[in-house]
Amino acid sequence: MIENRPYLAILSHIILVLGVAIVALPIWITFVAATHDEVRMLQAPIPMLPGGHFWENFKQTLFGSGLSGTQSTPVWRMLLNSMAMALMISGGKIAISLISAFAIVYFKFPFRMGFFWMIFITLMLPVEVRILPTFEVVASLGMLNSYLGLSVPLIASATATFMFRQVFLTIPDEMLESARIDGAGPMRFFWDILIPLSRTNIAALFVILFIYGWNQYLWPLLITTDTDMTTIVMSIKQMLEAAEQSPQWNIIMMTALLAMIPPVFVVVAMQKLFVQGLTETDK
Amino acid sequence: MASITLSNLVKAYGDTEVLHHIEGGIKDGEFIVIVGPSGCGKSTLLRMVAGLETVTSGEISIGDRVVNSLEPADRDIAMVFQNYALYPHMSVRQNMAYGLKIRKLPQADIDRRVDEAAEILEISEYLDRKPRQLSGGQRQRVAMGRAIVREPSVFLFDEPLSNLDAKLRVQMRLEIRKLQKRLGVTSIYVTHDQVEAMTLGDRLMVLNGGYVEQFGTPIELYDRPASVFVAGFIGSPAMNFLPVEVSSSGVLLPTGDMLSGSHSHNGTALLGVRPEHLVPDDNGLIGIDVDMVEQLGANTLLHGTLSGTENPMVASVTGHVTTESGTQHRFSVASEMLHLFDSETSKRLDS
Repeated sequence: MIENRPYLAILSHIILVLGVAIVALPIWITFVAATHDEVRMLQAPIPMLPGGHFWENFKQTLFGSGLSGTQSTPVWRMLLNSMAMALMISGGKIAISLISAFAIVYFKFPFRMGFFWMIFITLMLPVEVRILPTFEVVASLGMLNSYLGLSVPLIASATATFMFRQVFLTIPDEMLESARIDGAGPMRFFWDILIPLSRTNIAALFVILFIYGWNQYLWPLLITTDTDMTTIVMSIKQMLEAAEQSPQWNIIMMTALLAMIPPVFVVVAMQKLFVQGLTETDK
Repeated sequence: MASITLSNLVKAYGDTEVLHHIEGGIKDGEFIVIVGPSGCGKSTLLRMVAGLETVTSGEISIGDRVVNSLEPADRDIAMVFQNYALYPHMSVRQNMAYGLKIRKLPQADIDRRVDEAAEILEISEYLDRKPRQLSGGQRQRVAMGRAIVREPSVFLFDEPLSNLDAKLRVQMRLEIRKLQKRLGVTSIYVTHDQVEAMTLGDRLMVLNGGYVEQFGTPIELYDRPASVFVAGFIGSPAMNFLPVEVSSSGVLLPTGDMLSGSHSHNGTALLGVRPEHLVPDDNGLIGIDVDMVEQLGANTLLHGTLSGTENPMVASVTGHVTTESGTQHRFSVASEMLHLFDSETSKRLDS
């Protein structure tokens, strides 16, 4: 800013600090809760400062049987399940939408736009809408309680196809013509030119889709009955209801804390590419 | 090295024919410029030779092969695009080597060719940079380099200089010409700039509305334009045109004056006179009421109308001339500098 108005600066900082506090407070409470023992968490004013049981809770949650007194799956197994599901969904979505966008933009075939709009219309059919028929199909294919069952029904993605189509449309035609004169066939062009040119968009989409996959709740809840296949997001809810006594907040909050780590890691690791992918227009 | 033959070439999009029965023979090592206003089909014609557009009917041969149905990569051509079309994620070296890599040349050969081309174009020190780190002129050279390393029998240029500033354009124009002479590769160059066309081409193909207006050397086009279009397109400032009556005794100007000379044609016609062929002469028959003067330094352009008419005229006079707006200047013109065109078909009338 060119103006120098100290009161305005102070005011904007107060607002910024307030905003950060509002966002950060629940996370702080989650962290604090994960560092106390079970009994302390049930006493009236909830603690605002960390206690001394962090490593104990950590071990019990990650490698032990989770809630004390139950035989639920250890959290590392759920993290693994969630990780597998999120990676399969994001990887699968990116691969399929890249190929379909490639077909729609660069090939002439009958009903090309028809197919494009058909893909587009599936935007109106998220998993919640088609949950019964999809479940029926997955069950008949014998994919219940498997990673395939968790991820395949969520892989088709109109949004990603549409996004890659837009990205490909910004790549000048001369790039294709030049590659043709260089003797590159369609798949060569796809690998050598298109994929590197959409690198940042792929990264941005990966971040979004990884979090989308990680946060899946309804679908895993429906098709997993085996506790070994439980994902971490659904387990948090189950933990609340599992014990008949009062909830063990220290364990539940530790689980929540662990559930946050992979998405945060993905966002931080890919932040630079992510921002580039969403903002850069220069091809 | 190869000659190129275009025979009865037609391009149509649906029912709209955009190129009409193009005929042309290009000799081995010749530099041909296809020139015309935008939308005349010149780029389409070039892209048909490159194999980027399909041929509706007719034949294109490169060397002694008919290439109508060959993929661009199999036609033994290289093309330089208007926006260079360099691959942004590859270094200059990778850009130049990409086509050779696909053709599975041994790495040693690729390196040798790239280094040689880089040497010729003086871009050796940029080989490891990405295209976005280069200036427009350097990118232009890389695009040329990519064409050279393929050692093709035909170079195709699609307005390669139009993204450069005026000074660089003149410099690159000379370099392209020198390079083509040195490599002796048959080249087709598309431009809308008539100065570029005149300076570069061994022969020019003037296209207008999908028809070849004239195909000849720059001097032929200047001295004996085949149609009103060519006459107006080649030369700057453009030729003056006057509606005249031709009879056995001479050419009757709209002012009523008679330019003597014998002509085989009789009746109405269009007279063309180049501005630089109007010689100041106080007893001259052509009077111009000057209303604007452009000082170009070496010469001066006098814009105005033919005295007593509304017909616009331009005269180009050597040296500095200062004059008031509205004054009349008189000019004469040598009879061999007159061009007569049929007023209906716009074709040249030979005297």
